[in-house]
Amino acid sequence: MSKLVKSIKEVVELVGLKDGMTVSFHHHLRNGDYVLNMVMAEIAAKGLRDINVNASSLFDTHAPILEHISNGVVTGIAADYIGAGVGRAISEGILEKPVQFYTHGGRASSISLGRTPIDVAFIAAPTSDPMGNCSGKYGKSACGSLGYAFADAMYAKKVVVITDNLVPYPLTDFSISEDYIDYVVEVDAIGNPKGIVSGTTKITRDPVGLVMAAHAAKVIEASGLLKDGFSFQTGAGGASLAAAKFLKDIMVEKQIQGSFGLGGITGYMVDMLKAGCFRTLMDVQCFDLTAVESLRENPNHQEISALQYASPSCKSAVVDSLDVVILGATEIDTDFNVNVHTDSNGYIMGGSGGHSDTAAGAKLSMIIAPMFRARLPIVTESVTCVSTPGQTVDVLVTQGGIAVNPRRKELADNLKSAGLPIIDINELKEKTERITGSPKKLNRGDRVVAEVIGREGNLCDKIYSVSKK
Amino acid sequence: MRRSLLFLPGNNPNMLINAGYLGSDAVIFDLEDAVSPAEKDAARILVRNTMRYMQLDCEKIVRINSVDTAYWKADIDAILPEKPSLLLLPKASSPEDVIQVASYMDEVEEKLGYANGSVGIMPLIETALGVENAYAIAVSSSRVKALFLGAEDLTADIQCKRTKEGREIEYARTRLVVAARAAGVDVYDTPFTDVNDDEGIVVDAKLAKSFGFTGKASISPRHVEVINSVFSPTLAEIKYAYDVIEAIETAKKQGKGAISLNGKMIDAPIVARAERTIAMAEALGIERRDDCE
Repeated sequence: MSKLVKSIKEVVELVGLKDGMTVSFHHHLRNGDYVLNMVMAEIAAKGLRDINVNASSLFDTHAPILEHISNGVVTGIAADYIGAGVGRAISEGILEKPVQFYTHGGRASSISLGRTPIDVAFIAAPTSDPMGNCSGKYGKSACGSLGYAFADAMYAKKVVVITDNLVPYPLTDFSISEDYIDYVVEVDAIGNPKGIVSGTTKITRDPVGLVMAAHAAKVIEASGLLKDGFSFQTGAGGASLAAAKFLKDIMVEKQIQGSFGLGGITGYMVDMLKAGCFRTLMDVQCFDLTAVESLRENPNHQEISALQYASPSCKSAVVDSLDVVILGATEIDTDFNVNVHTDSNGYIMGGSGGHSDTAAGAKLSMIIAPMFRARLPIVTESVTCVSTPGQTVDVLVTQGGIAVNPRRKELADNLKSAGLPIIDINELKEKTERITGSPKKLNRGDRVVAEVIGREGNLCDKIYSVSKK
Repeated sequence: MRRSLLFLPGNNPNMLINAGYLGSDAVIFDLEDAVSPAEKDAARILVRNTMRYMQLDCEKIVRINSVDTAYWKADIDAILPEKPSLLLLPKASSPEDVIQVASYMDEVEEKLGYANGSVGIMPLIETALGVENAYAIAVSSSRVKALFLGAEDLTADIQCKRTKEGREIEYARTRLVVAARAAGVDVYDTPFTDVNDDEGIVVDAKLAKSFGFTGKASISPRHVEVINSVFSPTLAEIKYAYDVIEAIETAKKQGKGAISLNGKMIDAPIVARAERTIAMAEALGIERRDDCE
């Protein structure tokens, strides 16, 4: 038998796509991805309508989807993250049906439980053999882990691998195996390497970011969790990376060997692995070339699926064994609810990704954010959108002090004893507003443009259209 | 306590707004080198308003323009009402430079109804003549509370290359420390200007402390923590200071005149240093520990 198909056009015919069906994509090629646009162009050319797109994330490179929405080809979108370019059009009401926002764990869980069935999964694969054993570790478009594609491959009715590096059968070091794959298509390029992974992610040089990062590392040190067996996840933002660097210095000095580093993996986490800070890295997504290389070369750097990473319906998930996670926020309110979906004007420019999953799982979930960005305060009375519920957020680190969720009194006591500048979150809000003033309440539109689905499948919040008044 | 003094450009609102959060004991709002002539007035207003409206948890110092410019009086007019603790006076080369500024400050303070001398002066010694006149400058006015070494302009003036090792400024460092101590005022070391050299700043700060400087200036917030750490008393220094005070008290009770500790004589300067160390440790909340050497 042969699974090889000559073109995307041909495979769109073969999989039996019909009006109203759901297609899915992963986002490991990030802003360099060509595959979603190529597939959707063929679907549109075939004259299909009313297609649902379930993508683990949509970036600005996927802006052509807006035309498919305008033409009625696409009428439903589910995603864990939507970048500002596509997000702005969604906020302005281009899509009739509300976008369904999932978390990384929630998306994988929903697919596995059949709540969000996928008709055809299109999996961009930097390397594949003709039977569909595929990997992200090799090839000119290497992206490292294919963590977000596993659930799609395992549960979609039809699965198509699209690759630009077809190798002879069998590819032994595969991520996703042939038993899930229906068809394989070879194309010239699945993505632009420049947009797939960055060269090296840099830690911040911003003095305020460094102050926050130093506070964050001290909070972890004082929390009582930093001991042998420690586990840790941090984002790829400059201040989060700086916090990881400061944490590494502490761990090396005190000779602490952690158990694992988790998440989207950057070169800084790889440095921590090499320095003996962790026994292993659990990698659902690589953020830079150093991480890709490490995943390829180092047996202690392990690829994991989004199901294993964070699904609440699996028998266990790594986030449930996590000690500390450092996360960001566009807004946080005095009940510690965090918004990572919209900017302060209400425009969609992000999404939870693994934010809510790790906050729920980790023993200590920490938000790092400056007191204000430009003229806007970050601590608000109520967030524009509840992305991550406040009961799962433990501490907010800013340059002007560290606010601890009143639910974590023992943590506040530990941090105070360590001489850290603890401040009540209401006081922090007032202190910030003395500089920025108190922002006017947002005039939101009257249409729901997105629904934020909590990791358990519950409706967490609604995002409204942006009023142009 | 003034271990670290952080320069912040007077024309950068984003830095000014965060002035209190960068960890330095003092900030120096700069109206001089960091600000181009076209922006002098805007910077003056920004710095004035920052001092007026922001609650900063650190000491506020302002570097005004030098007396050979057209700006220094306007700087004082704008800034003095906000009561900075000190004005940093650049290119102070002679006692006359200081006296000229101090006299004008007298006038402005009188107009404002402030007590005379409520704001001090910290002459910035950054010329060859200034180094040679250091003691005379330090005692030129009761407003002078400290001397400040500026090595970048100084090395240009003495026509040598500025290096990281700083051999070329050893004489100036020594001279300033001795002059300041003779005059009974504090003395602060020049910034280490390579903001990317994380090891170089440690070496340079330790060197400055070994010369006897009270603290050190910085042009980068990234250097503040190192400077604070180097200029804080070590646990061993704190233990020794308490031992000195205890030895003095024991000797007093026993009616002894000459006092020794670990076989070395203790005299008044050692006691004074021990008292300063303990005061600093208390201010920093560092407790005595006996298990350190």
